[in-house]
Amino acid sequence: MAQITASVYTSHVPAIGVAMDLDKTSEPYYAPLFAGYEPAREWMAANTPDVVVLVFNDHANAFSLEMVPTFALGMSAQYEPADEGWGARPVPPVVGHPALSAHIAHSVIREDFDLTLVHDMPVDHGCTVPLSIMFGQPGAWPCAVVPLVVNVVQYPVPSGRRCLELGRALRRAVESYDEDLDVQVWGTGGMSHQLQGPRAGLINQPWDRQFLERIINDPEGQASVEHVEYVREAGSEGIELVMWLVARGAMADLAGGGAPTEVHRLYHVPASNTAVGQLILEDAPASPPRDDTQP
Amino acid sequence: MALDKPYLDIPGTTVFDTDQAAKGYHLNQFAMSLMKAANRERFTADEDAYLDEWPMTGEQKRAVRERDYNRMIELGGNIYFLAKIGATDGLNYVQIVSSMTTNDAAAHTEMMIGGGRSPDGNRYLHEWEGHR
Repeated sequence: MAQITASVYTSHVPAIGVAMDLDKTSEPYYAPLFAGYEPAREWMAANTPDVVVLVFNDHANAFSLEMVPTFALGMSAQYEPADEGWGARPVPPVVGHPALSAHIAHSVIREDFDLTLVHDMPVDHGCTVPLSIMFGQPGAWPCAVVPLVVNVVQYPVPSGRRCLELGRALRRAVESYDEDLDVQVWGTGGMSHQLQGPRAGLINQPWDRQFLERIINDPEGQASVEHVEYVREAGSEGIELVMWLVARGAMADLAGGGAPTEVHRLYHVPASNTAVGQLILEDAPASPPRDDTQP
Repeated sequence: MALDKPYLDIPGTTVFDTDQAAKGYHLNQFAMSLMKAANRERFTADEDAYLDEWPMTGEQKRAVRERDYNRMIELGGNIYFLAKIGATDGLNYVQIVSSMTTNDAAAHTEMMIGGGRSPDGNRYLHEWEGHR
Protein backbone atom coordinates (compact mmCIF):
# COMPACT_ATOMS: atom_id res chain seq x y z
CA MET A 1 0.00 0.00 0.00
CA ALA A 2 1.05 3.58 -0.51
CA GLN A 3 2.10 5.44 2.60
CA ILE A 4 2.62 9.08 3.54
CA THR A 5 6.03 9.26 5.19
CA ALA A 6 6.63 12.98 5.67
CA SER A 7 5.39 16.48 5.01
CA VAL A 8 7.60 19.30 3.80
CA TYR A 9 6.79 23.01 4.03
CA THR A 10 8.60 25.67 2.08
CA SER A 11 8.31 29.15 0.63
CA HIS A 12 8.40 29.25 -3.17
CA VAL A 13 9.82 32.72 -3.85
CA PRO A 14 10.65 33.11 -7.58
CA ALA A 15 13.94 34.88 -6.82
CA ILE A 16 15.24 31.75 -5.06
CA GLY A 17 14.82 29.86 -8.34
CA VAL A 18 16.44 32.70 -10.26
CA ALA A 19 19.41 32.70 -7.86
CA MET A 20 19.96 29.01 -8.63
CA ASP A 21 19.36 29.38 -12.38
CA LEU A 22 21.88 32.24 -12.58
CA ASP A 23 24.40 30.63 -10.22
CA LYS A 24 24.15 33.36 -7.57
CA THR A 25 23.65 31.14 -4.53
CA SER A 26 27.10 31.85 -3.07
CA GLU A 27 26.70 35.64 -3.28
CA PRO A 28 26.50 37.32 0.16
CA TYR A 29 22.78 38.05 -0.23
CA TYR A 30 21.88 34.39 -0.83
CA ALA A 31 24.66 32.41 0.86
CA PRO A 32 23.07 32.30 4.36
CA LEU A 33 19.74 31.17 2.93
CA PHE A 34 21.25 28.34 0.90
CA ALA A 35 23.41 27.31 3.84
CA GLY A 36 20.16 27.08 5.80
CA TYR A 37 18.73 24.78 3.12
CA GLU A 38 21.63 22.30 3.39
CA PRO A 39 20.20 20.13 6.21
CA ALA A 40 16.88 19.88 4.34
CA ARG A 41 18.66 18.80 1.16
CA GLU A 42 20.68 16.20 3.03
CA TRP A 43 17.54 14.83 4.64
CA MET A 44 15.79 14.77 1.27
CA ALA A 45 18.70 12.97 -0.42
CA ALA A 46 18.34 10.22 2.20
CA ASN A 47 14.53 10.22 2.11
CA THR A 48 13.60 10.84 -1.53
CA PRO A 49 10.01 9.64 -1.99
CA ASP A 50 8.46 7.97 -5.02
CA VAL A 51 5.85 10.70 -5.36
CA VAL A 52 5.34 14.20 -3.98
CA VAL A 53 1.83 15.60 -3.77
CA LEU A 54 2.89 19.21 -4.22
CA VAL A 55 0.42 21.80 -2.95
CA PHE A 56 0.93 25.26 -4.43
CA ASN A 57 -0.95 28.13 -6.00
CA ASP A 58 -0.89 29.15 -9.61
CA HIS A 59 0.24 32.76 -10.08
CA ALA A 60 -1.78 33.60 -13.19
CA ASN A 61 0.17 31.20 -15.38
CA ALA A 62 -1.91 28.02 -15.78
CA PHE A 63 -5.25 29.69 -15.08
CA SER A 64 -6.28 33.07 -16.46
CA LEU A 65 -9.33 34.89 -15.11
CA GLU A 66 -11.44 32.84 -17.53
CA MET A 67 -11.67 30.26 -14.77
CA VAL A 68 -10.18 30.05 -11.33
CA PRO A 69 -10.62 26.62 -9.72
CA THR A 70 -10.55 26.60 -5.92
CA PHE A 71 -8.81 23.20 -5.78
CA ALA A 72 -7.32 21.71 -8.97
CA LEU A 73 -5.58 18.35 -9.29
CA GLY A 74 -3.09 17.63 -12.08
CA MET A 75 -3.86 14.40 -13.93
CA SER A 76 -1.04 14.42 -16.50
CA ALA A 77 2.07 12.35 -17.14
CA GLN A 78 4.11 15.53 -17.58
CA TYR A 79 3.94 19.26 -16.80
CA GLU A 80 6.12 21.86 -18.53
CA PRO A 81 7.66 24.82 -16.66
CA ALA A 82 5.66 27.98 -17.49
CA ASP A 83 6.98 31.10 -19.20
CA GLU A 84 5.85 33.63 -16.59
CA GLY A 85 7.00 36.58 -18.69
CA TRP A 86 10.76 36.23 -18.20
CA GLY A 87 11.07 33.01 -20.25
CA ALA A 88 10.61 29.50 -18.82
CA ARG A 89 12.98 28.41 -16.03
CA PRO A 90 15.76 26.11 -17.29
CA VAL A 91 14.59 23.19 -15.17
CA PRO A 92 13.46 19.68 -16.17
CA PRO A 93 9.81 18.97 -16.95
CA VAL A 94 7.81 17.75 -13.97
CA VAL A 95 6.86 14.10 -14.36
CA GLY A 96 3.41 13.22 -13.05
CA HIS A 97 1.82 10.05 -11.72
CA PRO A 98 -1.51 9.74 -13.58
CA ALA A 99 -2.59 6.55 -11.79
CA LEU A 100 -2.17 8.07 -8.33
CA SER A 101 -3.84 11.28 -9.55
CA ALA A 102 -6.82 9.26 -10.75
CA HIS A 103 -7.01 7.40 -7.46
CA ILE A 104 -6.87 10.63 -5.44
CA ALA A 105 -9.62 12.11 -7.62
CA HIS A 106 -11.87 9.08 -7.13
CA SER A 107 -11.29 9.06 -3.39
CA VAL A 108 -11.28 12.77 -2.54
CA ILE A 109 -14.18 13.85 -4.76
CA ARG A 110 -16.30 11.04 -3.34
CA GLU A 111 -15.53 12.51 0.08
CA ASP A 112 -17.22 15.72 -1.13
CA PHE A 113 -14.17 17.77 -2.11
CA ASP A 114 -15.03 19.16 -5.54
CA LEU A 115 -11.61 19.06 -7.16
CA THR A 116 -11.22 20.40 -10.69
CA LEU A 117 -9.31 17.81 -12.73
CA VAL A 118 -6.74 19.34 -15.05
CA HIS A 119 -5.26 17.32 -17.88
CA ASP A 120 -3.09 20.02 -19.41
CA MET A 121 -1.33 22.75 -17.48
CA PRO A 122 2.07 24.39 -17.24
CA VAL A 123 3.54 24.64 -13.74
CA ASP A 124 4.97 27.91 -12.46
CA HIS A 125 7.48 28.85 -9.76
CA GLY A 126 5.02 27.68 -7.10
CA CYS A 127 5.85 24.12 -8.18
CA THR A 128 9.35 24.33 -9.64
CA VAL A 129 11.02 26.47 -6.95
CA PRO A 130 10.22 24.00 -4.13
CA LEU A 131 11.66 21.20 -6.30
CA SER A 132 14.82 23.27 -6.85
CA ILE A 133 15.09 24.08 -3.15
CA MET A 134 14.80 20.43 -2.12
CA PHE A 135 16.63 18.68 -4.99
CA GLY A 136 19.08 21.23 -6.37
CA GLN A 137 19.79 21.09 -10.09
CA PRO A 138 19.50 17.48 -11.32
CA GLY A 139 19.06 16.62 -15.01
CA ALA A 140 15.68 15.10 -14.11
CA TRP A 141 13.62 15.42 -10.91
CA PRO A 142 14.19 12.31 -8.79
CA CYS A 143 10.49 11.60 -8.12
CA ALA A 144 7.06 11.96 -9.65
CA VAL A 145 4.83 14.89 -8.71
CA VAL A 146 1.06 15.17 -8.35
CA PRO A 147 0.27 18.91 -8.45
CA LEU A 148 -2.55 20.10 -6.19
CA VAL A 149 -3.27 23.73 -7.02
CA VAL A 150 -5.12 25.96 -4.54
CA ASN A 151 -6.60 29.35 -5.39
CA VAL A 152 -5.21 31.96 -2.99
CA VAL A 153 -5.17 34.80 -5.54
CA GLN A 154 -8.82 35.67 -6.22
CA TYR A 155 -10.98 36.11 -3.12
CA PRO A 156 -12.82 34.32 -1.69
CA VAL A 157 -10.13 31.68 -1.15
CA PRO A 158 -10.63 28.45 0.80
CA SER A 159 -10.43 28.61 4.58
CA GLY A 160 -7.64 27.16 6.65
CA ARG A 161 -10.15 24.66 8.02
CA ARG A 162 -11.07 23.51 4.51
CA CYS A 163 -7.38 23.11 3.63
CA LEU A 164 -6.72 21.01 6.75
CA GLU A 165 -9.72 18.78 5.96
CA LEU A 166 -8.51 18.36 2.38
CA GLY A 167 -5.21 17.13 3.79
CA ARG A 168 -7.08 14.56 5.88
CA ALA A 169 -8.98 13.35 2.81
CA LEU A 170 -5.73 13.23 0.87
CA ARG A 171 -4.19 10.95 3.49
CA ARG A 172 -7.11 8.53 3.26
CA ALA A 173 -6.79 8.56 -0.52
CA VAL A 174 -3.08 7.82 -0.53
CA GLU A 175 -3.40 5.08 2.09
CA SER A 176 -6.02 3.29 0.01
CA TYR A 177 -3.82 3.14 -3.10
CA ASP A 178 -2.73 -0.46 -3.76
CA GLU A 179 0.77 0.04 -5.10
CA ASP A 180 3.64 0.35 -2.60
CA LEU A 181 4.63 4.00 -2.84
CA ASP A 182 6.51 6.32 -0.53
CA VAL A 183 4.54 9.59 -0.72
CA GLN A 184 5.33 13.00 0.74
CA VAL A 185 2.97 15.96 0.85
CA TRP A 186 4.53 19.38 0.40
CA GLY A 187 2.76 22.57 1.40
CA THR A 188 4.31 25.65 -0.17
CA GLY A 189 4.11 29.44 -0.25
CA GLY A 190 4.51 32.28 2.25
CA MET A 191 5.75 33.31 4.69
CA SER A 192 4.80 36.94 5.35
CA HIS A 193 4.96 39.13 2.26
CA GLN A 194 2.98 41.78 0.44
CA LEU A 195 3.65 42.48 -3.23
CA GLN A 196 1.23 45.33 -3.85
CA GLY A 197 0.30 48.82 -2.77
CA PRO A 198 2.03 51.33 -0.50
CA ARG A 199 2.23 48.71 2.30
CA ALA A 200 4.35 46.38 0.08
CA GLY A 201 7.38 44.90 1.78
CA LEU A 202 5.53 44.00 4.98
CA ILE A 203 7.26 41.30 7.03
CA ASN A 204 6.01 40.08 10.41
CA GLN A 205 8.68 37.94 12.02
CA PRO A 206 6.91 37.27 15.36
CA TRP A 207 3.76 36.21 13.52
CA ASP A 208 5.73 33.93 11.15
CA ARG A 209 7.60 32.27 14.01
CA GLN A 210 4.35 31.71 15.85
CA PHE A 211 2.88 30.18 12.68
CA LEU A 212 5.82 27.75 12.44
CA GLU A 213 5.23 26.73 16.04
CA ARG A 214 1.48 26.41 15.71
CA ILE A 215 1.40 24.46 12.48
CA ILE A 216 3.48 21.82 14.23
CA ASN A 217 1.84 21.78 17.65
CA ASP A 218 -1.62 23.29 17.19
CA PRO A 219 -2.72 22.73 13.59
CA GLU A 220 -6.41 22.69 14.53
CA GLY A 221 -6.03 26.08 16.19
CA GLN A 222 -4.12 27.50 13.24
CA ALA A 223 -6.79 26.16 10.87
CA SER A 224 -9.39 28.34 12.60
CA VAL A 225 -7.47 31.57 11.92
CA GLU A 226 -9.47 33.82 9.58
CA HIS A 227 -8.14 35.08 6.24
CA VAL A 228 -8.23 38.68 7.35
CA GLU A 229 -5.66 37.97 10.07
CA TYR A 230 -3.26 36.53 7.49
CA VAL A 231 -3.70 39.60 5.28
CA ARG A 232 -3.43 42.14 8.10
CA GLU A 233 -0.55 40.46 9.94
CA ALA A 234 1.37 38.61 7.20
CA GLY A 235 0.58 40.72 4.12
CA SER A 236 -1.80 40.26 1.21
CA GLU A 237 0.31 37.44 -0.24
CA GLY A 238 0.95 35.88 3.19
CA ILE A 239 -2.42 34.16 2.71
CA GLU A 240 -0.47 31.51 0.76
CA LEU A 241 0.32 29.97 4.15
CA VAL A 242 -3.12 28.33 4.29
CA MET A 243 -1.71 25.83 1.80
CA TRP A 244 0.66 24.52 4.48
CA LEU A 245 -2.44 23.28 6.29
CA VAL A 246 -3.18 20.82 3.46
CA ALA A 247 0.15 19.11 4.06
CA ARG A 248 -0.27 19.27 7.84
CA GLY A 249 -3.75 17.72 7.58
CA ALA A 250 -2.21 14.67 5.90
CA MET A 251 -0.14 13.74 8.97
CA ALA A 252 -1.03 10.76 11.16
CA ASP A 253 -1.86 12.70 14.33
CA LEU A 254 -4.83 14.30 12.59
CA ALA A 255 -6.14 10.80 11.84
CA GLY A 256 -5.79 9.55 15.42
CA GLY A 257 -2.13 8.50 15.14
CA GLY A 258 1.06 9.70 16.77
CA ALA A 259 2.56 13.16 16.50
CA PRO A 260 5.04 13.85 13.70
CA THR A 261 8.75 14.36 14.37
CA GLU A 262 10.26 17.73 13.48
CA VAL A 263 13.54 17.12 11.69
CA HIS A 264 14.21 20.59 10.27
CA ARG A 265 13.08 24.18 10.79
CA LEU A 266 14.38 27.30 9.01
CA TYR A 267 13.34 30.94 9.07
CA HIS A 268 15.15 33.61 7.07
CA VAL A 269 14.47 37.22 6.02
CA PRO A 270 14.52 38.20 3.21
CA ALA A 271 14.44 36.64 -0.22
CA SER A 272 13.36 39.40 -2.57
CA ASN A 273 10.16 40.74 -0.92
CA THR A 274 9.47 37.71 1.24
CA ALA A 275 10.16 35.98 4.54
CA VAL A 276 11.33 32.41 3.95
CA GLY A 277 10.27 29.43 6.03
CA GLN A 278 10.96 25.73 5.80
CA LEU A 279 9.89 22.73 7.88
CA ILE A 280 10.18 18.97 7.58
CA LEU A 281 7.93 16.73 9.63
CA GLU A 282 8.37 12.95 9.53
CA ASP A 283 5.12 11.10 9.96
CA ALA A 284 4.62 8.92 13.03
CA PRO A 285 5.50 5.30 12.27
CA ALA A 286 2.46 3.20 11.50
CA SER A 287 1.38 1.09 14.47
CA PRO A 288 2.37 -2.57 13.94
CA PRO A 289 -0.44 -4.83 12.71
CA ARG A 290 -2.31 -6.39 15.61
CA ASP A 291 -1.11 -9.90 16.39
CA ASP A 292 -4.31 -11.86 16.68
CA THR A 293 -2.48 -15.16 17.26
CA GLN A 294 -1.69 -14.19 20.86
CA PRO A 295 -4.33 -14.79 23.51
CA MET B 1 -26.88 41.61 2.16
CA ALA B 2 -23.65 43.24 1.04
CA LEU B 3 -20.59 41.06 0.51
CA ASP B 4 -18.62 40.59 3.71
CA LYS B 5 -15.27 42.32 3.23
CA PRO B 6 -13.47 42.52 6.58
CA TYR B 7 -10.22 43.36 4.76
CA LEU B 8 -11.26 46.86 3.65
CA ASP B 9 -9.78 48.50 6.76
CA ILE B 10 -6.18 47.43 6.01
CA PRO B 11 -4.14 50.41 4.80
CA GLY B 12 -2.17 50.43 1.55
CA THR B 13 -3.67 47.11 0.52
CA THR B 14 -6.19 46.11 -2.13
CA VAL B 15 -7.49 42.57 -1.82
CA PHE B 16 -8.15 41.10 -5.26
CA ASP B 17 -11.72 39.97 -4.74
CA THR B 18 -14.54 39.17 -7.15
CA ASP B 19 -15.46 42.84 -7.55
CA GLN B 20 -11.87 43.78 -8.43
CA ALA B 21 -11.64 40.77 -10.75
CA ALA B 22 -14.77 41.88 -12.61
CA LYS B 23 -13.45 45.43 -12.95
CA GLY B 24 -10.01 44.30 -14.07
CA TYR B 25 -10.92 41.34 -16.24
CA HIS B 26 -9.58 42.68 -19.54
CA LEU B 27 -6.63 44.46 -17.92
CA ASN B 28 -5.52 41.18 -16.37
CA GLN B 29 -6.20 39.14 -19.50
CA PHE B 30 -4.12 41.64 -21.52
CA ALA B 31 -1.28 41.33 -18.99
CA MET B 32 -1.46 37.55 -19.11
CA SER B 33 -1.14 37.59 -22.90
CA LEU B 34 2.45 38.75 -22.30
CA MET B 35 3.37 35.21 -21.25
CA LYS B 36 4.03 34.63 -24.96
CA ALA B 37 7.34 35.96 -26.27
CA ALA B 38 5.73 36.95 -29.59
CA ASN B 39 3.17 39.08 -27.74
CA ARG B 40 5.87 40.72 -25.63
CA GLU B 41 7.60 41.71 -28.85
CA ARG B 42 4.44 43.09 -30.41
CA PHE B 43 3.55 45.04 -27.24
CA THR B 44 7.03 46.51 -26.98
CA ALA B 45 7.03 47.51 -30.65
CA ASP B 46 3.71 49.43 -30.45
CA GLU B 47 2.07 49.65 -27.03
CA ASP B 48 -0.95 51.69 -28.15
CA ALA B 49 -1.80 49.35 -31.00
CA TYR B 50 -1.46 46.31 -28.77
CA LEU B 51 -3.56 47.84 -25.98
CA ASP B 52 -6.27 48.78 -28.47
CA GLU B 53 -6.79 45.08 -29.17
CA TRP B 54 -8.22 44.76 -25.64
CA PRO B 55 -11.58 46.15 -24.48
CA MET B 56 -10.00 47.96 -21.53
CA THR B 57 -11.07 51.38 -20.26
CA GLY B 58 -9.10 54.47 -21.21
CA GLU B 59 -8.03 54.82 -17.58
CA GLN B 60 -6.69 51.27 -17.52
CA LYS B 61 -4.72 51.81 -20.74
CA ARG B 62 -3.29 55.06 -19.39
CA ALA B 63 -2.23 53.37 -16.16
CA VAL B 64 -0.45 50.69 -18.20
CA ARG B 65 1.29 53.28 -20.39
CA GLU B 66 2.42 55.16 -17.27
CA ARG B 67 3.41 51.91 -15.52
CA ASP B 68 1.42 53.14 -12.54
CA TYR B 69 1.02 49.84 -10.71
CA ASN B 70 -0.95 51.31 -7.82
CA ARG B 71 -3.46 52.73 -10.28
CA MET B 72 -3.58 49.44 -12.21
CA ILE B 73 -4.37 47.62 -8.98
CA GLU B 74 -7.02 50.17 -8.07
CA LEU B 75 -8.59 49.58 -11.50
CA GLY B 76 -8.84 45.82 -10.95
CA GLY B 77 -5.35 44.54 -11.72
CA ASN B 78 -3.73 41.76 -9.73
CA ILE B 79 0.00 41.73 -9.13
CA TYR B 80 0.59 38.25 -10.59
CA PHE B 81 -1.01 39.30 -13.87
CA LEU B 82 0.58 42.77 -13.87
CA ALA B 83 4.04 41.34 -13.17
CA LYS B 84 4.09 40.17 -16.79
CA ILE B 85 4.14 43.82 -17.86
CA GLY B 86 7.15 44.37 -15.60
CA ALA B 87 8.77 41.22 -16.97
CA THR B 88 8.32 42.57 -20.49
CA ASP B 89 10.10 45.74 -19.34
CA GLY B 90 12.96 43.61 -18.01
CA LEU B 91 12.13 44.34 -14.36
CA ASN B 92 12.21 41.93 -11.43
CA TYR B 93 9.67 41.69 -8.60
CA VAL B 94 11.62 44.01 -6.28
CA GLN B 95 11.64 46.71 -8.94
CA ILE B 96 7.95 46.28 -9.74
CA VAL B 97 6.86 46.07 -6.10
CA SER B 98 8.98 48.97 -4.84
CA SER B 99 7.49 51.25 -7.51
CA MET B 100 4.23 51.13 -5.51
CA THR B 101 5.90 52.43 -2.34
CA THR B 102 7.72 55.60 -1.35
CA ASN B 103 11.04 53.74 -1.71
CA ASP B 104 13.08 53.16 -4.84
CA ALA B 105 14.34 49.62 -5.52
CA ALA B 106 17.65 50.15 -3.69
CA ALA B 107 15.98 51.58 -0.59
CA HIS B 108 13.34 48.84 -0.70
CA THR B 109 16.05 46.16 -0.84
CA GLU B 110 17.78 47.77 2.15
CA MET B 111 14.48 47.82 4.04
CA MET B 112 13.95 44.11 3.29
CA ILE B 113 17.48 43.21 4.41
CA GLY B 114 16.74 45.16 7.58
CA GLY B 115 13.72 42.94 8.28
CA GLY B 116 11.07 44.43 6.01
CA ARG B 117 8.24 46.86 6.69
CA SER B 118 7.00 46.45 10.25
CA PRO B 119 3.33 45.63 10.76
CA ASP B 120 3.31 48.12 13.64
CA GLY B 121 1.37 51.18 12.58
CA ASN B 122 0.38 49.42 9.34
CA ARG B 123 -2.54 47.21 10.40
CA TYR B 124 -5.56 49.54 10.32
CA LEU B 125 -6.64 52.42 8.12
CA HIS B 126 -6.95 54.76 11.10
CA GLU B 127 -3.23 54.28 11.82
CA TRP B 128 -2.41 55.93 8.51
CA GLU B 129 -4.75 58.89 8.88
CA GLY B 130 -2.86 62.13 9.11
CA HIS B 131 0.43 60.41 8.29
CA ARG B 132 0.26 60.22 4.49
